[in-house]
Amino acid sequence: MPKETKLVLKHADEAGYTNDIGCYLKHGGYRTLKKAFRLKPKKVKGAVVTPQEAIRREVLASGLRGRGGAGFSCGMKWNFVNRKSGKPIYLICNADESEPGTFKDRQIIYKDPHQLIEGMILSCYANDVKLAYIYIRGEFPEGAKILNHAINEAKANGFLGKGICGTKYNLEIHVHRGAGAYICGEETGLIESLEGKRPYPRIKPPYFPAALGLYMCPTIVNNVETLCNVRNVLAMGGNAYAALGTPNNTGTRIVSLSGNVKRPGYYEIEVGKATLGELIFHKNFGHGLHDGRKLQAIIPGGSSSKVFRAGEKFDIKSKDKRGEVVEQKLDLLDIPYDFDTLMKCGSMSGSSAIIVLDDSVDIIEVLGNLSDFYAHESCGQCTPCREGSLWMAKALKRMRSGQARKGDAGYLRHIAHNIQGRTVCAFGEACSWPVLSFVDKFRDDFEQRGAEDETRLAKRGAEATTR
Amino acid sequence: MSLEVPKKLEREINRLVKNYPEKRSASLMVLHALQEEFGYISTEAEEWAAARLELKSINIHELVTFYPMLRQQDPGRTVVRVCRTLSCALAGSAKLHGHICKRLGLDADAPGLQRTKDGKYGVEYAECLASCGTGPVMMCNDDFYENVSNDGADEILKKYDE
Repeated sequence: MPKETKLVLKHADEAGYTNDIGCYLKHGGYRTLKKAFRLKPKKVKGAVVTPQEAIRREVLASGLRGRGGAGFSCGMKWNFVNRKSGKPIYLICNADESEPGTFKDRQIIYKDPHQLIEGMILSCYANDVKLAYIYIRGEFPEGAKILNHAINEAKANGFLGKGICGTKYNLEIHVHRGAGAYICGEETGLIESLEGKRPYPRIKPPYFPAALGLYMCPTIVNNVETLCNVRNVLAMGGNAYAALGTPNNTGTRIVSLSGNVKRPGYYEIEVGKATLGELIFHKNFGHGLHDGRKLQAIIPGGSSSKVFRAGEKFDIKSKDKRGEVVEQKLDLLDIPYDFDTLMKCGSMSGSSAIIVLDDSVDIIEVLGNLSDFYAHESCGQCTPCREGSLWMAKALKRMRSGQARKGDAGYLRHIAHNIQGRTVCAFGEACSWPVLSFVDKFRDDFEQRGAEDETRLAKRGAEATTR
Repeated sequence: MSLEVPKKLEREINRLVKNYPEKRSASLMVLHALQEEFGYISTEAEEWAAARLELKSINIHELVTFYPMLRQQDPGRTVVRVCRTLSCALAGSAKLHGHICKRLGLDADAPGLQRTKDGKYGVEYAECLASCGTGPVMMCNDDFYENVSNDGADEILKKYDE
């Protein structure tokens, strides 16, 4: 039976659990940190492994993948950091949670902030970081207060500041508030914003944060949930963490479920150990659709991921236990909720936010709503995205107000195709993928709407001329 | 006319600026602090911030015109922000927004922030507020409310009427 496996959210919703340091310490908080600071350099095969290196190896062995959206290996990201530049290394926690459908980081920040702080201190220690920031979205003012309070508590207890846990290691963490711009969740946009500029993303190459990040220094940007998981990896050991979930999709992940389900909410699962269908219909999770409704579509990984139409089937190739490639037929609802399978099915798990759409919703209305979001949030740096996101939103606005045309599906596809791959950052894909997938998978809806409106308008026009 | 910044706020801003190796980085935090004090960022406030951070006014102005949460005019004493993005829309945020506008005598269809004549309220749509499982959600200034029904909104707004 599919069930929740709580690691990050182990205590967050327990009765009596509070977000102060006393409660956190009572539940074993900062124990992993103290353990890490007791690590001594070790000789492995003749070479000396520093405690920092040992932590980094543990994180790499855990297979932990970024929980923000891209799903990139956390250990690899850390390995890319240029440690020989002579410049300071910075770490930034990306708490700019703003992908529509996603509400997992909010739970951690508000209910268990010290878990994040401990994860951050461990990650900073492992990467020789002396100064770190939490970039929190402007719409979480209470969250910023909670984090500031938690930082002060950690300082008072000797976990932050000078000479942490009796060592010579110093670290400061500051909270930096955004001001309502989605693009600040993109790591290079975030860095520009933190430098006090407009958050225009930087082009990669050459501006990979690992080499040229904040103030052109090596910088690590990790998501809130990823940093919490660093603590969990070190608490249980990399291999034990890797045993959770499925191969290459390790550990646990918090899934945000919203839309037309009976019990929306956040559910922490072992990655790949529950299917899309189970997450939506099982009584341990979404509890199914509202009575009398049928499934129409699923947005599987935040609003930027490509939509699935109910009843879709997939032919995917995967490796079996012996490493041989096997072909597999998969129904939409049987897709295990992980990183790799969703990619193979043509979409992505993104920020692990599922939005369920039943047959009561108008698919053009849904796409219009999302396109309005992207038109509002495009930063305006690249022409295809600045103009295109608006054109798509305008076309959809017209379609939603009874003036659709038969050619609109093709028109939308044409614009979207001219955005994706032609912009500095992934926002170009984020705004065009929903349009491309909705139009392709619901082409009949778009064409029918166009034909109906054209017929009606032509009739009205003819009546007007004969009158 | 130059801006009169209270001593307490100046001390707070001095503390914020020290959090960064480069002064310019403090821009957003300084603007948040100024907006909290004065309600919006006036041209004088922009100039004050620029001088404090050793920047040109345009460096601050380009931020104030970019970030949706920074205001160039007084948005009203209580700013009500109703989430309009997909999950909240499915949960009825347009109805909620319409109800609040009607209650306050505002035009729900007009674009942008709508302010009541007495300056008590400003109402606008916000993009995803990251609580999609409990829609419709809204914020009144810094306070966050979820699963807001029309009746619920009436109760909530009573708190800000005074």
